[in-house]
Amino acid sequence: MNDVIGLAPWLIGFPLIGAAILLLGGKATDRWGHWLGVLASAASGVVGFILMFRMIGTPAEERSIDHHLWTWLSAGGLDVDLGIRLDPLSLTFVMLVTFVGTLIHVYSVAYMDHDPHRRRFFAYLNLFVAAMLTLVLADSYLLLFVGWEGVGLASYLLIGFWDTGRPSARENAVAAKKAFVMNRIGDMGLIAAMALMFSAVGSVRFADVLPAVAGDGTGPASALISTGTATAIGLCLLLAACGKSAQFPLQAWLGDAMAGPTPVSALIHAATMVTAGVYLMVRSGPILEAAPTAQLVVVIVGAVTLLFGAVVGTAKDDIKKALAASTMSQIGYMMLAAGLGPAGYAFAIFHLLTHGFFKAGLFLGAGSVMHAMSDQTDMRRFGGLSRFLPITWITMGLGWLAILGIPPFSGFWSKDGIIEAAFIPVEGQPWRAWVFGTVAVLGAAITAFYMTRLFFMTFGGRRPRWTEGQHPHEGSPLMWWPLVFLGVGSAALGAVLGIGGTFTTWLEPVVGQAEHHEPVLPVPVIITVTLVVVVLGALLAFRMYAVQLVPEEAPRGSVLTRAARRDLYQDAANETLVVLPAHGVARLVQVGDRDVVDRGWGVLPQAVSWFGAVFRKAQSGYVRSYAAGMAGGVLVIAAVAWLVVGLGGAQ
Amino acid sequence: MNPAGLVISTGETVLFWVIAPLMVLAALGLLFVKRAVHAAMCLVFVMVSMAVLYIAQEAPFLGVVQVVVYTGAVMMLFLFVLMLVGVDASDSLTETIRGQRWIGLLIGLGLAVVLGSVVARAAFPPAVGLNGGDPGGVANPQALARVLFGDYVVAMEAVGVLLVTAAVGALVLTHRRRLTPKQNQRSVADARIKALPDGVVLTPLPSPGVYARSNAMDTPALGPDGEQVPQSVSRVLRIRGQERPAPHVPADELVHTPESERDA
Amino acid sequence: MDITNYVVLAAALFAIGATTVLLRRNAIVVFMGVELMLNATNLAFVTFARLHGDLTGQVLAFFVMVVAAAEVVVGLAIIVTIFRTRRSASVDDVNLLKG
Repeated sequence: MNDVIGLAPWLIGFPLIGAAILLLGGKATDRWGHWLGVLASAASGVVGFILMFRMIGTPAEERSIDHHLWTWLSAGGLDVDLGIRLDPLSLTFVMLVTFVGTLIHVYSVAYMDHDPHRRRFFAYLNLFVAAMLTLVLADSYLLLFVGWEGVGLASYLLIGFWDTGRPSARENAVAAKKAFVMNRIGDMGLIAAMALMFSAVGSVRFADVLPAVAGDGTGPASALISTGTATAIGLCLLLAACGKSAQFPLQAWLGDAMAGPTPVSALIHAATMVTAGVYLMVRSGPILEAAPTAQLVVVIVGAVTLLFGAVVGTAKDDIKKALAASTMSQIGYMMLAAGLGPAGYAFAIFHLLTHGFFKAGLFLGAGSVMHAMSDQTDMRRFGGLSRFLPITWITMGLGWLAILGIPPFSGFWSKDGIIEAAFIPVEGQPWRAWVFGTVAVLGAAITAFYMTRLFFMTFGGRRPRWTEGQHPHEGSPLMWWPLVFLGVGSAALGAVLGIGGTFTTWLEPVVGQAEHHEPVLPVPVIITVTLVVVVLGALLAFRMYAVQLVPEEAPRGSVLTRAARRDLYQDAANETLVVLPAHGVARLVQVGDRDVVDRGWGVLPQAVSWFGAVFRKAQSGYVRSYAAGMAGGVLVIAAVAWLVVGLGGAQ
Repeated sequence: MNPAGLVISTGETVLFWVIAPLMVLAALGLLFVKRAVHAAMCLVFVMVSMAVLYIAQEAPFLGVVQVVVYTGAVMMLFLFVLMLVGVDASDSLTETIRGQRWIGLLIGLGLAVVLGSVVARAAFPPAVGLNGGDPGGVANPQALARVLFGDYVVAMEAVGVLLVTAAVGALVLTHRRRLTPKQNQRSVADARIKALPDGVVLTPLPSPGVYARSNAMDTPALGPDGEQVPQSVSRVLRIRGQERPAPHVPADELVHTPESERDA
Repeated sequence: MDITNYVVLAAALFAIGATTVLLRRNAIVVFMGVELMLNATNLAFVTFARLHGDLTGQVLAFFVMVVAAAEVVVGLAIIVTIFRTRRSASVDDVNLLKG
């Protein structure tokens, strides 16, 4: 392993250099820049493969390596090294990011073919890959934060990619800003968490912080970090994760982020970046385990988001927004699993991996559909596309089955694991297993409903509802080959890694071995119930959207539908709960500043001005008045001198 | 030095009491006369009297300088400027700045009172005098010259520079830049030719009428048609309305005038 | 007669000169007031020179005269220039410095 560890920095280096060349090279790189981007991403993927195969060859207990590069900053008691942590968790992410990333790069070559700024797009994509790899490979929270901000920047740049400054592109600018600002809220959490770690442990390295929470095994008292501090850190980290992963209550930006190009939605806002929060939770597992309260909050956040996203997804007619809601919901699953402790970590990451594949496939499929339908995104104007887009139809179908969790497709293996883990009873709190387990099953049912709705509204139905002049056709091979790869992944990845617990074992060095607990219900019962509700949900959707005719205009719908269409009033809630009070405070401060502070200080210049106005009258411009002033002054001085000195001298 | 101190002669006393009130009166004239020329004459009187007092006070050189410089040069300069500005421009004595008169009077009286009482109350040493009677004494111009060119030679030179500077400065200040080209006979003639279309005549205007009974600038001449020619009377008189009508022309003088033009 | 009478005379002339400066509006007369004040001080100088038996007073009076001559030259030139541009010798018309 040590002979190839030197390659590790190149994981980040290749895409970073690619981004630098594309950004600095300017128009000179326009002709071949996109292929350089693909190459950089692919090169990074090759390095990842080499490292992973070497790691598989090493014994399990040696699979966590901190590769020190150089000391980044040394300030007082804080020493931060620029180092890379290679372990199964980070390598899983490396593989996901580079593999899916490269496929999406290839897809983008065709998708962005007609865009005049394709080179810039690839530069940002490379920048994103580099930042994301920095995030997952960092050996300290501070370096992770660098990647964290890097992906935030790339996300911002790519959401606003089509912001041309014209009023018609305002939506893009607003969406980019919204994502950026909401991510900042989460970033504050990460910064606060780092500050807490530094004050408690004096370091922000994983290798120092995580063992410090666990103690030396002699009991909680030996831990450097008290339960209270751990809870605080855990909640701060959760805040960060909520921002980045669009979890409740910071979920509002994800739907709007779909304003960016579709490959971006697939790579950043479905497969990789938004899962960074889950990575952070799993990476900080020991902290959460030391803080049961924080853990409970994580689970609650996951459960709420899971239902929230699912409900929103049922009502969206925009194919990308429906997929975005689905992403939110699926990450809710992962978050829920991450809050369940060691029993859930592996399944959280597993689901993250499979989700990365099938959701990327679904998004790229959606992109392919949009490509075929002249950038139409309204599913009510699709329908009957299966005959015209067979490859897209089949690959999206695989993704659809995967997300539904139908065995043997990959979603089944990961999602079912999460549902089972949710049913594992927690000591002293028997309600938790029932509540969260039920929520997970319910979420699966709703997921089945909205994904089936999406699938059949797009491809099903005999009567197309296209707008006039549509001639749907499959895109170039550059577009459908990635779809095929992702479709295969959606179909098989779960089985390959899930049967026999291969993936769970692979992650064990990082997340620890989960003690086996029996769920409150027998496992076959859980699987059966889940499958039944999933099939029921899918059948309901099939009946409503494939058998019955879909109206081209959205019907008014019930109260819940209307609420879901408006994202369950998330924007209104943010507006009321945050923006308006903030406006109020700002206005208060403004008024206070203007009317109290400014006016208070204004007294001084006013006094000066008043004195000036009074003394201005002395400046009559009449030279005789001035002469009178001088003569009067002389007289006064003479008189005083006479009175003071002369009288004394006369004695 | 005369250890006995200075004795002021009776003649000087008489001189002082004659001259001093006159000086004060003349100075007050400066304050009260209307015309600047009269004020200048008052000041001339004050300065000449001052020269007399200097001579009486054992300062013959200064007395002469006072007459030459002040009365001869400075006051003449004043009079020249008065001529430039207008000799008869009398000064209105009504005050325009509110309260200035009372303030001025108050300050003037105050100064007089303060200065006078200071002088009156101060204890002066016994007067020494400058040995005015002794030709070799210090009061003569030679002694003054010795001090002036001995102790104060630098100041003397500086004052010389100051005078030169002042002279140049006065030249610069009063210098007038020519803004239009200088007019000569040719340009005047050209201008008149150019003004022909505007009704200007090149020839001299007709002279006023000369008659047996009235021979004056203010009566217009009569044209060949017996009508009055207005241009023949000075423009100033016409504007003031001081022109007089031409005397009646007897009808028989117009006998050669065609019938049709007679009443025109 | 006491020699201080001369000084009292000088004080009186000085006060009258000052009042002239303050009350008259014709710039030339105002200027004459200034000259009168200078002359009054000269008289005081000469008187004190005699009182103390010291010629320095007369020397100073001489310098005052010379400087006054220079001052008159420049001052009158200024008056003439102002008169040329403003057609007035009244000091009240020169109030461009009004605040």
